[in-house]
Amino acid sequence: MSGHCHGISVPPPEFTPEQWAKIDSIIECYKDVPGNLMPVLQAVQEAVGCLPPAVQDRIAQGLNVPGSDVFGVMSFYSMYTWRPKGKYVIRFCESPPCHVSGSDNLLEFMKAELGVPLNHTTKDKLFTLETTACLGVCEVAPAMQINEVVHGNLTKDKIRQILADYRAGKAPDYKTLPYSTNDFRSYKQSPAELVLLSNVGVIDPEKVDDYVAKGGYEALKKAVTTMTPEQVVEEVKTAGIRGRGGAGFPAGLKWSFTRPLDVPQKYVICNLDEGEPGTIKDRYIVEGDPHKVLEGMAIAGFAVGATKGFIYCRGEYYLCKHRLNTAIEQAKAKGYLGSNLFGTTFAFDIEVRSGFGCYICGEETALIESIEGKRGYPRAKPPFPGVEGLWRKPTIVNNVETLASVPAIIAKGGEWYKGLGTPDTTGTKIYQVIGHVKTPQIVEVPVGITLRELIDTYGGGMKNGKKFKMCQTGGASAGIVTAEALDVPIEFGAMSKVGGALGSGTMLVMDESVCAVDFARSVAVFFAHESCGQCTPCREGTVQLLRTLTRIWEGQGRPGDLEFLERLGQTMMDASFCPLGQTAPAPLFSLLKHFRPEFEDHVSGKCTHGVCRTT
Amino acid sequence: MSNPTVTIDGRAVEFQPGQTILDIARSAGIFTIPTLCYMQGTNPTGSCRVCVVEVEGWRTLVTACSTAATPNMVIHTENPKVEAARKNIIELLLASGNHNCLICEANGECELQALAYRYQVATPIYANPPGAKYYYEDNNSMIVRDFSKCVMCGRCVRACNERQVNLAIQIGYRGHHNKIVGKCDYPYIDSDCVFCGSCVQACPVGALLDKNAIGQGRPWERRTVRTTCPYCGVGCQIDLHVKGGRIIKAMGARAIPNEGRLCVKGRFGLGFVDHPERLQTPMVKKNGRLQEATWDEALDLVASKLKEIKDQHGPKTIGGWCSARITNEENYVFQKFMRAVVGTNNVDHCARL
Ligand SMILES: Cc1cc2nc3c(=O)[nH]c(=O)nc-3n(C[C@H](O)[C@H](O)[C@H](O)COP(=O)(O)O)c2cc1C
Ligand code: SF4
Ligand code: SF4
Ligand code: SF4
Ligand code: FES
Ligand code: FES
Repeated sequence: MSGHCHGISVPPPEFTPEQWAKIDSIIECYKDVPGNLMPVLQAVQEAVGCLPPAVQDRIAQGLNVPGSDVFGVMSFYSMYTWRPKGKYVIRFCESPPCHVSGSDNLLEFMKAELGVPLNHTTKDKLFTLETTACLGVCEVAPAMQINEVVHGNLTKDKIRQILADYRAGKAPDYKTLPYSTNDFRSYKQSPAELVLLSNVGVIDPEKVDDYVAKGGYEALKKAVTTMTPEQVVEEVKTAGIRGRGGAGFPAGLKWSFTRPLDVPQKYVICNLDEGEPGTIKDRYIVEGDPHKVLEGMAIAGFAVGATKGFIYCRGEYYLCKHRLNTAIEQAKAKGYLGSNLFGTTFAFDIEVRSGFGCYICGEETALIESIEGKRGYPRAKPPFPGVEGLWRKPTIVNNVETLASVPAIIAKGGEWYKGLGTPDTTGTKIYQVIGHVKTPQIVEVPVGITLRELIDTYGGGMKNGKKFKMCQTGGASAGIVTAEALDVPIEFGAMSKVGGALGSGTMLVMDESVCAVDFARSVAVFFAHESCGQCTPCREGTVQLLRTLTRIWEGQGRPGDLEFLERLGQTMMDASFCPLGQTAPAPLFSLLKHFRPEFEDHVSGKCTHGVCRTT
Repeated sequence: MSNPTVTIDGRAVEFQPGQTILDIARSAGIFTIPTLCYMQGTNPTGSCRVCVVEVEGWRTLVTACSTAATPNMVIHTENPKVEAARKNIIELLLASGNHNCLICEANGECELQALAYRYQVATPIYANPPGAKYYYEDNNSMIVRDFSKCVMCGRCVRACNERQVNLAIQIGYRGHHNKIVGKCDYPYIDSDCVFCGSCVQACPVGALLDKNAIGQGRPWERRTVRTTCPYCGVGCQIDLHVKGGRIIKAMGARAIPNEGRLCVKGRFGLGFVDHPERLQTPMVKKNGRLQEATWDEALDLVASKLKEIKDQHGPKTIGGWCSARITNEENYVFQKFMRAVVGTNNVDHCARL
């Protein structure tokens, strides 16, 4: 890595006494908060723009942590900076869904418009241009984020206009925007009843009374005043809901392991990291109906015996953080959070913690490390978090969508919920159909819809009348299916039988213009960028995958390359520390299975799609 | 009740709950599991993955060093799947740096080299080109950091944080950009490093080097001599690496009381032994000039002067000042001498300052 702190060519900024006072007050304010390093670094960076060595020293001393830890943590997360940046930081998405929507050309255009290469700041100090992994707004791909605000459906004209607006001082304030991207109600809706998104686009997410008027917090009241924790766990078990974060572990079962543990402190963590490329659903729930998540968490807390919850929100979701903090404040004021809830002895409090640009922190144990103020290195399992999690206390980690399903399960009963969806995957699910469809969008339907229905009914069919080629199912680490799988119900079981996955429920649809090698390489870029680096097979393997695929993509393939990729992929699957490394080669394997001739063509020097740089 | 058992390569072995697969195998005399990032006396991180074994019923291979055994596990330490993974991992490590053993200081005692030899893995064609740039640090008088050899095992970090508790280094950055960093990613000399050199001793390859030992001799040309550190009364045990009668470097011995640790003086401060200005005989001032003398001559002089002062001015006018560089026992003898022979309680010690 080139970025040694001491090697900075730009001199670190001189801070005024007022700025130092601000830094000191932030340190003071968090002094006794456990896991304070991340919040302090974030608040200080927000206050003074960057974290040069003198500031790192001050924080290390103020929080009494080693300076090496401060730098070790900072340098792990993409969004921290120790160099001054421009007034506006442009994060241009380069992950697969944006890539297949043409982000490469637009990035070149952006560089030309700004007159700077990547990771540089314009002379007027207005813009710094960076690339980023998926921003979680793939329905508007190709997309970028400028400071807190998302700009999607980019075209050259649109980019020109946006830059002109910012230059003219017309930067939008994210807090005044109704949503980060689109209004959920503008999408084609399913005739089925909405369970998760019923309030989204209907109520004001910044007014707790709106939520209460829709029956909000009734389920929590019912749970704490009329049920035992065991009954709540039983109800969720009956519902059969499988985790919506991707792995599909039954939530009730997870809770039942933690419930009986007799320890004074347990935690509930809501996973709002939403880093899996193509995944955009949790943002709609939280931006549109934050209280539903809080209520689900409180019920979970009651069920397992936890009094404290954390929401781990990805750094880029500024509006989510704002809506959640507003909601928590209001819920506390109204007595839906805090102590003696509904006149009982049950107490529950929620705190929002922010990630800062790091996909692996969506993995539950890396997430826990991150909340503890460390580098997001996954932990070895067992012990599972349910037994030994946050600060080594039993902790249940659930996805936003999982937790948001809980109030309805308690209100209407597990049997009712089980009646929705398929026996394999019960309930309703928020599917995301993105990529080469006419109308990329999300939709909530009972589980069991087929890919064809999703594409034709909700995606509006293939874009520009092109032919369907393949679909990456469930996220960047999952398999690719071809037209043969169009009529398979999208549930955990059936999908895995055809080499796909339900995963987070995102379906990246690709037409025949997509080259399998180019796509494989784009996926490899993502994993090489996001490997945490803890273990050898993943740290070195993701880079070698990328280098080899890049060579092939450039027409410099060598005989034996494909066999090497297969051998390397096998080692990564067998010997990597965590699921990131274990699944990173999965899309490649799947592409090789379906489109091996395309790879062979490239090795012998030609890209039949005219996409790659084989010339 | 009998202890639970696991089966390792077809052999039933008893274990204590909490023991790792590696512990169990080694204590049963099974040495088929290689390790790299594992370091005795620190928490295993399971990061290099060289120690993977197959456990029947597990989805992936598991690391022997960091996985606690559970009763009735069936473990295979050597089979084609395990060996393929190990080989590929070694290959990846060789590819990630510039491992030119010919001129590497670690040649002959390098653990990566040993692994490559054991599994017959050559540097792969996809390795970084020989001209690739890596971080190289040579701006202090004791330690050279050559990250073209670093395999990111993290042993230095654990030595610094867990063994010495100096908290000077950490793993920094992410993914393949990972690098060992001090505060602000400063060089050691500007960081919180106190130059105890424990990281140098922990490094399995040639990435952290004792600067003064560079080019001074190959491992097989050196003899090790166990000795006690001459600096303080703790009495750390040192293995001196000696070639041609000269000390090349000092390593902390795995023995009581230091268990491998040393401080900056014991590790890097032995240059005086062969220093040309070192005093080799007692010196006595004659005619205003210090001149070489025999021990008898010098001690007789001291004794006579002490006696003279005691007789003329009384024992209370004499005071003794003792050194932290000698042992407790020697200090005891010294105060006894001052009290019983000289007859004064004026006795003190530099460590009290
Ligand atoms: C690399 C990686 C990234 C992940 N990212 C997310 C994420 O962004 N959001 C999420 O809810 N789960 C994510 N997970 C899954 C979590 O580890 C965990 O299984 C999930 O939060 C559990 O909640 P659930 O049972 O409700 O799905 C990720 C897992 C891995 C291995
Ligand atoms: S570190 Fe080991 S493998 Fe690498 S060059 Fe030195 S001796 Fe050879
Ligand atoms: S010399 Fe000692 S203090 Fe310095 S980095 Fe190495 S182990 Fe830490
Ligand atoms: S410097 Fe040596 S001990 Fe430290 S991580 Fe690198 S190889 Fe391991
Ligand atoms: S926002 Fe670009 S891939 Fe998700
Ligand atoms: S020795 Fe076990 S993972 Fe490195």
